[in-house]
Amino acid sequence: MQLESKIPPGPIDKKWEYAKSHYKLVNPANKRKYDIIVVGAGLAGASAAASLGELGYNVKCFVYHDSPRRAHSIAAQGGINAAKNYRNDGDSVYRLFYDTIKGGDYRSREGNVHRLAELSVNIIDQAVAQGVPFAREYGGALENRSFGGVQVSRTFFARGQTGQQLLLGAFQALERQIALGTVKQFNRHEMLDLVVVDGQAKGIITRDLITGRIEAHAADAVVLGTGGYVNVFYLSTNAKASNATAIWRAHKRGAAMANPCYTQIHPTCIPQSGDFQSKLTLMSESLRNDGRIWVPKQQGDKRPPQQIPESERDYYLERKYPSFGNLAPRDIASRAAKEACDEGKGIGASGRGVYLDFADAIKRLGRPVIEERYGNLFEMYHDITAEDPYEAPMRIYPAPHYSMGGLWVDYNLMSNVPGLYVIGEANFSDHGANRLGASALMQGLADGYFVLPVTIGDYLAGQLGKKVALDRPEFTNAIADVKDRVGKLLSAKGTRSVDSYHKELGSIMWEYCGMARSADGLKKALGMIRDLRQQYWRDVRVTGEGEEPNQSLEKAGRVADFFELAELMCIDALHREESAGGHFRVEYQTPDGEAQRNDDEFLYVGAWEYKGEGNEPVLHKEMLVYEEVKLATRSYK
Amino acid sequence: MNWFGNFYRSALGKKAVMAVTGVILFGWIFLHMVGNLKLYLGPVHLNEYAHFLRAMGSPAVPESFALWVSRIVLLVCVVLHIHAATVLTIMNREARPVGYRDRDYPSATYAARTMRWGGVIIALFVVYHLLHLTTGTVHPSFIKDDVYHNVVTGFRVWWVAAVYIIANLALGLHLYHGLWSMFASLGVTNARVSKWKRAFATTFAVVITAANVSFPLAVLSGLVR
Amino acid sequence: MNLTLHVWRQKSRDTNGSFATYQASGISPDASFLEMLDVVNEELIAKGEEPIHFEHDCREGICGSCGMMINGTAHGPMGGTATCQLHMRHFNDGDEVWVEPWRARAFPVIKDLIVDRSPLDKIIQAGGFISVNTGSAVEANTLPIPKPVQERAMDAAECIQCGACVAQCPNGAAQLFTAAKISHLGLLPQGQPERYERVLKMVEVMEEHFGSCTLFRECEAVCPKEISTEFITRMNKDYLTAQVKR
Repeated sequence: MQLESKIPPGPIDKKWEYAKSHYKLVNPANKRKYDIIVVGAGLAGASAAASLGELGYNVKCFVYHDSPRRAHSIAAQGGINAAKNYRNDGDSVYRLFYDTIKGGDYRSREGNVHRLAELSVNIIDQAVAQGVPFAREYGGALENRSFGGVQVSRTFFARGQTGQQLLLGAFQALERQIALGTVKQFNRHEMLDLVVVDGQAKGIITRDLITGRIEAHAADAVVLGTGGYVNVFYLSTNAKASNATAIWRAHKRGAAMANPCYTQIHPTCIPQSGDFQSKLTLMSESLRNDGRIWVPKQQGDKRPPQQIPESERDYYLERKYPSFGNLAPRDIASRAAKEACDEGKGIGASGRGVYLDFADAIKRLGRPVIEERYGNLFEMYHDITAEDPYEAPMRIYPAPHYSMGGLWVDYNLMSNVPGLYVIGEANFSDHGANRLGASALMQGLADGYFVLPVTIGDYLAGQLGKKVALDRPEFTNAIADVKDRVGKLLSAKGTRSVDSYHKELGSIMWEYCGMARSADGLKKALGMIRDLRQQYWRDVRVTGEGEEPNQSLEKAGRVADFFELAELMCIDALHREESAGGHFRVEYQTPDGEAQRNDDEFLYVGAWEYKGEGNEPVLHKEMLVYEEVKLATRSYK
Repeated sequence: MNWFGNFYRSALGKKAVMAVTGVILFGWIFLHMVGNLKLYLGPVHLNEYAHFLRAMGSPAVPESFALWVSRIVLLVCVVLHIHAATVLTIMNREARPVGYRDRDYPSATYAARTMRWGGVIIALFVVYHLLHLTTGTVHPSFIKDDVYHNVVTGFRVWWVAAVYIIANLALGLHLYHGLWSMFASLGVTNARVSKWKRAFATTFAVVITAANVSFPLAVLSGLVR
Repeated sequence: MNLTLHVWRQKSRDTNGSFATYQASGISPDASFLEMLDVVNEELIAKGEEPIHFEHDCREGICGSCGMMINGTAHGPMGGTATCQLHMRHFNDGDEVWVEPWRARAFPVIKDLIVDRSPLDKIIQAGGFISVNTGSAVEANTLPIPKPVQERAMDAAECIQCGACVAQCPNGAAQLFTAAKISHLGLLPQGQPERYERVLKMVEVMEEHFGSCTLFRECEAVCPKEISTEFITRMNKDYLTAQVKR
């Protein structure tokens, strides 16, 4: 397997220009002769499908929801970064590039990240033109706020619903193309396999979630914008249906999986309240602009927070990281919370929680200002916990939130399988080992609006007239494989529900492959996952039939893939003997408990090749080359 | 006419037509009520007023001409109002063929929910009212041009008075929702106007109902003989 | 806490459904309504029965997937919440709860509590967008937008397309949904070029599928985002203006 990053030549700020000027082009009149499949219609998928449609390609867009607008991008709250420097605070494309590289703990590609920073400004222009109602100043200009891990205010937002509004912009653009007939929309269709013909991605297999029909679809290229995989932890901030099936199926058909152990644990989520809990709710990182995080200095101090005097509180982020304070990056803030709780200072009934306190901000700014900034978030917290955050500090705890890892792609967002493109959270490309806040929306939209529609032409130009027919054995075999898997799940007729297995898998992953990992723990986890997986295929109980709407069956297929992915995550985490960003190995830390990278041995992207059932996956390394940024120990002190 | 047909074909257009015709009918009802207050001034005043209505506009136009013009306008309004309501009701029934077992109304007022049956009651009443006091067909002792006599003798029958009272209560409810909702149907978004629309609807619904109901009550109680 | 549930069960679009009664026992008051259904479903699976099918995804009130009639009110008794944000602490131990799917001709039942809401997408396809191709946008700050205008547009843009407005409306009308999108785009300067054409097209498709408005304001009462019926007035204004202009 060859992993060629295809970074264009030239100085960092001219690479994208160079690439655009040298890609092969498809004649406008020929574009309609190409079929492109887009799977997923979140920020990346919807923006890509719409933009490809605008260019004149024949697009087929598949989502498992009842409407493309339900994709989980809709839940992003805080904002989207762009190097507009509207605040005159010294922001620049270079600074956004640098912050992202540093925030990612020097594990991402310089070329990709610089392009992302360049495109960030176009995204805001595009979104505003579509009618995204970003927050405004009284003078009518766009407003910004600050976010974790950076010292400039470059985050654009629409109340606490930035993801929703950006997705609606992309969704509306997509619906426009559907009306124009350039995009054919397939709702309630789940991709269950990738079809590779002569080494090139040429189609997908889907299950119609209403009729249960297994169908094949051919195309000249396949684009996956199917999101991240942290639902492998069961409890996460992701939507319930978010899953890894599309990328995992592609992986099993030859696409390399890069850095699967890089998962982000978000520091500000509402703590779990009981076994019935089905998901964890994120409280936007923007809250850390005004909220102060603390725990009692005394272990096991169970007094109500208001009764704990200032002198007995430990504002540990402000103490450890005075220059960034409560705005330390997510990985650092999460780990610090875990440490405080491990020391027995955690708050709440479970002892797994820390306070996020607005008392000072309310005193300083007054309640109306806080209400205006965070009103809907405070309400949401109140609804869920029945506690009033204006009166008592919020209780928060870290939760799995985002996967930096994903399918390996080159600079053009194409995987190692020609014709298979991967965009948004589903790829590994831009965030290294840790993603900064308000950067996910930026990446998804950069990929979908501005990168993929341009780069895909370079590949398609050589594919004219190379269509494949649906009766080829690759399609019929793939259909048979999918039917076989569905049949196996339905016929196990075991004793335990899919969810009960998913919960068990999640707790193994959270314990051993969560915020802190060790060689011993990971080895143990590997054994447990393999055992549980075997038991799963024997003992899972999937009710109902295949030829009808069947939510148990849908879940069962997704969880089966999570088992295999979980294994690869542990293998990847075990092999990466260093701590970097979201990947923290307890064996590799500085004396004061900070992550210790090993640039000599691990300055690479770890891309795994699938070698078949029962065989160990094979690691391929794409060495990371830093020409622009000097490698340094990340410091937020 | 092509434009109107096109406009009227849409439900929003029908709603606007209902609002406009409703306003015209409301205006007429209001004037009708004000005129009827002459009942309290005695037979001379009321009969003079009735004569004025017939003679309005003469001698410039023939006697009864203005009366007939207004009657035609009212008739057109009534027909459009009822036609639109009927078509919309059918459309709405079809849009929700299956209801709920257990239905709760967190917001809708009683007036809003009774618009349709209220409308039917009012329509039937109008027919009766015309036969009763305009043509005298169903009046026991109708005397042409002696409105005062016709009203007083008519209302002395207790069940006739009851019909008038019930119908006017229905009219009040109809106006209470109709006068308020017409602002929405006509797209009145002006904030200063919007602030007053509830008060406007309530005031006129109450005033018209109170006055209209007072006539049969006054006759029944012997206040007006 | 313990509750008695009467849930609409219907195997498919073409079969008849009926209510089935289940006991939900040992429910935590901190659980959401959907988590309560999860518990019931686990018990059904343990008994070898099919779980109650219902749509849900983000479970934080923003994706708009979930929605059911709970004791005759869309999204349950709380107001301003989607079903996923309705917590069991708002019910009493021993309550009897009737759970039904959204009902409207435009929303046929697919299975149990899942309905087909695709006509709402068709309304968007008719004109719920600003026609601007990727790449042709001007610099974002070129166009100042007064803060109150942007805030008002945002009030309308918050709609999550859950369909509660249609479900609650005795006329099965989608006015609030349509008006919210028309107002979001029509209030902003970017939306002006297509403002009147948009309202004509969207209203036409809306009326193909849904009923008409009688101003009951039931939709506003159950809307998880508390979108105001004032937007319906605004839509009517734009529609009438558009008709006059044409």
